[in-house]
Amino acid sequence: MSEADQQDEEGGGVVKKFMFVNRKAPYGTIYALEGLEVVLISAAFDQDVSLAFVDDGVYQLVKGQQTKGIEAKNFSPAYRALEGYDIEKLYVEREALEARGLAEEDLLVDVQLMSSAELGELMAAQDVVIGF
Amino acid sequence: MKFGILVNEGPYTHEASDSAYLFTRAALEKGHQIYRVFFYHDGVNNANKYTEPPQDDRHIVNRWTKLAEQYEVDLVVCVAAALRRGIKDELLAPGFRISGLGQLVEAGIQGERLVVFGD
Repeated sequence: MSEADQQDEEGGGVVKKFMFVNRKAPYGTIYALEGLEVVLISAAFDQDVSLAFVDDGVYQLVKGQQTKGIEAKNFSPAYRALEGYDIEKLYVEREALEARGLAEEDLLVDVQLMSSAELGELMAAQDVVIGF
Repeated sequence: MKFGILVNEGPYTHEASDSAYLFTRAALEKGHQIYRVFFYHDGVNNANKYTEPPQDDRHIVNRWTKLAEQYEVDLVVCVAAALRRGIKDELLAPGFRISGLGQLVEAGIQGERLVVFGD
């Protein structure tokens, strides 16, 4: 593939703000796992990527996930690898965390806590918002 | 306006699949452009040519095919999500093609709006 084709395929140098909004618990449905797959692919496109965790989505980041009993793959270590893909903007809705009896130290990666209102403002400033 | 469309739910189970089609058709009829329709999660099941609803019901798969024929819409099914659900090239309805998730990110970059239909 020529460099021009590569450029074209990857968006021709356009940088947009992408926010992936994680709303669901990690294993009850496939949304969290397949959502993470999109996030990892997006890293190859040199975009301004951020992740928001709201509602039950905050459970995706909880430390010490044990999935043997449900015969599902524990994909939570992948969140730690995001830094290696230059995806470092992880926002967690403070209200969602507190409503579930969780605190920042229960999470397996460094995040920035935000109120629902602050997160809403940030969402409004995005070019592309994809919810999972 | 140039739109990208993301369809995250399967046919008949969830209205998201109908809404995505109705929105896409309405946008095209109004003269807007659809850069791509990307099918993800159970949305990949919208491409299954063996889908056979009762005759008095809408045919969700054929409806997409007709739209693709009429307006040359790019209908892309995510390969990873498709394989996980047994959707392969040989059972794709006409007008659909299988490709990678990069096609979704690209639709986000190239479209002026990415409209997501899902739960």
